[in-house]
Amino acid sequence: MEQGKIVKVAGPLVVAEGLVESKMYDLVRVGAEGLMGEIIEMRGDRASIQVYEETEGLGPGNPVDATGAPLSVELGPGLLESVYDGVQRPLDVLERMAGAFLARGVTAPGLDREKQWEFVPTVSAGDTVTGGDIIGTVQENVVIEHRIMVPPGVSGTIADIAGGTYTVTDAIGHLKTAAGETVPLMMMQVWPIRMPRPYTRRISASEPLTTGTRVIDTFFPIVMGGVACIPGPFGAGKTVTQHQIAKWSNAEVVIFIGCGERGNEMTDVLMEFPELVDPYSGEPLMKRTVLVANTSNMPVAAREASVYTGITMAEYFRDMGYNVVLQADSTSRWAEAMREISGRLEEMPGDEGFPAYLGTKLAAFYERAGKVECLGADSGVRNGSVSVVGSVSPPGGDLSEPVVQNTLRVVKVFWALQDQLAFQRHFPAIDWLTSYSLYLDKVETYWRNEVSEEFRSRRDECMAILQRENELAEIVRLVGLEALSAEEQILMETAKTIREDFLQQNAFRDDDQFSSLKQQDLLLKTILLFHERAIEAHGSGAALKDIFVAPVRERITRAKYLGLNDIDQYESIASDIETQLVGGGADDEARAVYAGGER
Amino acid sequence: MREYMTTRDIVGPLLLIESVSDVTYGELVELEYPDGTRSLGNVLEVNGDVALVQAFEGTRGSNPSQTKARFLGRSLELGVSRDMLGRVFDGLGRPNDGGPEIIPDKRLSIYGSPINPTARDFPDDFIQTGVSAIDGLNPLVRGQKLPIFSGSGLPHNELAAQIARQAAVLARSAQDDVVGEKLEGEFAVVFAAMGITFEDADFFTTEFRTTSAIERAVLFLNLADDPAVERIATPRMALTAAEYLAYECDMHVLVILTDMTYYCEALREVSAARKEVPGRRGYPGYLYTDLATIYERAGRIKGRAGSITQVPILSMPDDDKTHPIPDLTGYITEGQIILDRNLHRRGIYPPVAVLPSLSRLKQKGIGPGKTREDHADLSNQLFGAYARGLQAKELAVILGEAALSDTDKAFVAFADAFEDRFIRQGKHEERTVEETLTLGWELVSLLPRSELKRIKDEYVAKYLPSDSES
Ligand SMILES: Nc1ncnc2c1ncn2[C@@H]1O[C@H](COP(=O)(O)OP(=O)(O)O)[C@@H](O)[C@H]1O
Ligand SMILES: [Mg+2]
Repeated sequence: MEQGKIVKVAGPLVVAEGLVESKMYDLVRVGAEGLMGEIIEMRGDRASIQVYEETEGLGPGNPVDATGAPLSVELGPGLLESVYDGVQRPLDVLERMAGAFLARGVTAPGLDREKQWEFVPTVSAGDTVTGGDIIGTVQENVVIEHRIMVPPGVSGTIADIAGGTYTVTDAIGHLKTAAGETVPLMMMQVWPIRMPRPYTRRISASEPLTTGTRVIDTFFPIVMGGVACIPGPFGAGKTVTQHQIAKWSNAEVVIFIGCGERGNEMTDVLMEFPELVDPYSGEPLMKRTVLVANTSNMPVAAREASVYTGITMAEYFRDMGYNVVLQADSTSRWAEAMREISGRLEEMPGDEGFPAYLGTKLAAFYERAGKVECLGADSGVRNGSVSVVGSVSPPGGDLSEPVVQNTLRVVKVFWALQDQLAFQRHFPAIDWLTSYSLYLDKVETYWRNEVSEEFRSRRDECMAILQRENELAEIVRLVGLEALSAEEQILMETAKTIREDFLQQNAFRDDDQFSSLKQQDLLLKTILLFHERAIEAHGSGAALKDIFVAPVRERITRAKYLGLNDIDQYESIASDIETQLVGGGADDEARAVYAGGER
Repeated sequence: MREYMTTRDIVGPLLLIESVSDVTYGELVELEYPDGTRSLGNVLEVNGDVALVQAFEGTRGSNPSQTKARFLGRSLELGVSRDMLGRVFDGLGRPNDGGPEIIPDKRLSIYGSPINPTARDFPDDFIQTGVSAIDGLNPLVRGQKLPIFSGSGLPHNELAAQIARQAAVLARSAQDDVVGEKLEGEFAVVFAAMGITFEDADFFTTEFRTTSAIERAVLFLNLADDPAVERIATPRMALTAAEYLAYECDMHVLVILTDMTYYCEALREVSAARKEVPGRRGYPGYLYTDLATIYERAGRIKGRAGSITQVPILSMPDDDKTHPIPDLTGYITEGQIILDRNLHRRGIYPPVAVLPSLSRLKQKGIGPGKTREDHADLSNQLFGAYARGLQAKELAVILGEAALSDTDKAFVAFADAFEDRFIRQGKHEERTVEETLTLGWELVSLLPRSELKRIKDEYVAKYLPSDSES
């Protein structure tokens, strides 16, 4: 391979000359320590290289070695439960090699070369196979069956294949191609991170990705294969929301990218996920998770690469037929990494110094999400999806800035976090008035079949109440509560109940962090029943102040903490509502009813 | 020795030196100007045989033809040793108290290396600061980075000094409803001043001297009349010393960095001289990343006894939280304590704006065994009630007190009492976390019991003062 020489060093950017055969996005080794770098611009025989490690100590004249291959990730058994930096260096391995602090030039392959896996073939000699076909499986851990596939672009007849114990680079068999060549088959595939992995066909997604977070699932749902963004100022709840989705969503595989954020947040995931139990599999959550951790103080170029590293892994699991959710926290830090590199390249800046291609890059990234018919001869049978949830960290919370604006053009769900709600400790601080989901109509059939016939209409009614509350609140602010009719006052109370007893959800309470769709529906049903009965009771003479202090309200408040096994409690709450909110009564009569009630 | 007299341009704090060879990025440079002034510098960029050097101590006294530049073949380092305790250094780590040179145990690059996320240990030891507004609502834990967002004229120095003076860690308690004893441990304070006035720095040194905390303190001082660019190195000097004390001498180190705003301005000055494309308000686009390389040096490491807790102080230009400096800081740090001018005007010390303040690590640092079982619920309730009280007060301003419901009136009374009794405390008043919680319970007892929705029933039954049942 050719060798070039450094002529310039400016922060993470190095310019080298003498690299004539290398291509754009090729991986190179920089300096005596062989630091990882990637060619990102070529002018004549000068190549600009972004370096994935600290460049201190590099200078003109130092060597740059070409590798002739694009920056890629290794895909195969061993990905799950791993924690990588932005260019797939296994951080736990690096720690064993170099200690608690990241050292330069220390590297290790993404997949363990020593580890043995039990491979079970699902094809036999003589079978014809094509790219994407599953040729065998490895039970990677108790939760995930790793499906070994023929790499895209490869096809032929299986010459031999045998079950047994192999490392990821051992030949598990051989393939005879149409051209008559015999190629070894390995469990590991290598794929360039900037190139989307192929599939047969994109298909429309209509199954919700259930997150267990009520405001999301009921009001602003995302589908499996959908794209969502969470913009918000610091402290509004982006990371907690993303952790909630990583923990409790019904995706089969979770890729979490800590892109330029806090080290302790990664540690939190690393310490917590192995302890938490996945409600779907009953096994530790870490078993279905891959973590890409390129924190804010780690090299900025590797941060730029981290989102591509993560999404390539997500696509790989998708290709096996899994539903994958990828979280990127935060896409703003990724955009800033692009800005920093672009600045060093002295490119003409666009808005706020971001490169002019910011929008294109963001769109191309989110476009790698989606539900697909997987590649392979069984296409149409095996479907997989990648859902992407990206947080955005706008400066000063200003949503008009370029990253938010470019993101909103491509995502279909917008969970707007509001600092005012966070200040009141209304969590998740997702603003119900400005957020939206364009998947609402798509999930309707699923809801009707799997949740209840009325779920959608209940949701819509509650939304209407919240919107009406917002209008009425304006009047209250100007002239006081008395200006409202009794019915409007009841509506204000119901809206408050929806906010406090449904929308608010404490991520740190065991009995609150996860709510099933069924529970969400029952909660809405209960709240709306109270609302209706309150109006009726008032219509037949009950005083508002008595309605508002009905003891059953206490039970409604605590209903969100009911477990999956307490479904019958909702019925008892409903019967309390029916008995306590009787109309026609003078105060005395109503009280008498309470006294005879359960509480 | 590679020594050159080939400076071509001098722009602000930058020198462009030609015809150099073997220069590397980040290399330390010793500059000598014709008038005898010396300055340290480092290489910001090297392109062929041209090096761009930033002079930490400024370029006054330099000229192109007679300036000598010696390239030293290493990066800026700090010689560290336990003997640094009790000593005062300048912004570049040279003794500044008339005492002897430090005989270093090691020389460390001031830029450090990122902690591998897998090597971190999650910070979860509650630090009792003795300040209710912090301990009760936004508690600090060991290894956290929790800045104070302040403004000119606000008592951030007093608050930081009070935290440094009172900070203590509690023993784990075997009982959920009993708070553990204060623990004695090896602790140290590392203090870095960037661009603050002599008077402000003197406040801290006097404070450290009178409490004899000075023996456990290391001070790095770059004052308002010291070279601005030196400020870029000062916090890194401090953190290098802190890392040595924490991870090699097993000490719990509290690092106070003040004022981060002047640090950022120095960075902006260099960026402007380099004619870089600016981000918001003229600050460089890499300000976030740069600040992260400072703040992320807080933490704990598995298997090591020591820790680094950071309390950076920054003054918000115009009291504006959305200004890039507080904004980017808040995006990196684990919360923020915001001081409020209105509370200050009303004579409330510490004037902590409770609602927008936040400690992101609190859920791990409080609760049974660590503080007390009711801590999290009570603090949630205090937040919620105070927020509602302030809203009701706003309403009362427009509609008059009479327009409020009885419940709202109770919340207004609560909010007033909360500011007056809970937030307000003496500069030398140290409240145990137990006292803080007791005070909290007294205050929530001003509210109708049915409004205590955020507290588990069993805690209400157990801790609510009984005479308040009405
Ligand atoms: N659903 C939630 N339940 C309880 N607390 C929350 C929730 N969401 C956010 N918080 C609180 O807000 C803080 C900041 O949230 P975080 O997600 O870290 O914000 P961001 O990533 O937007 O800066 C958390 O430390 C926690 O105290
Ligand atoms: Mg976050």
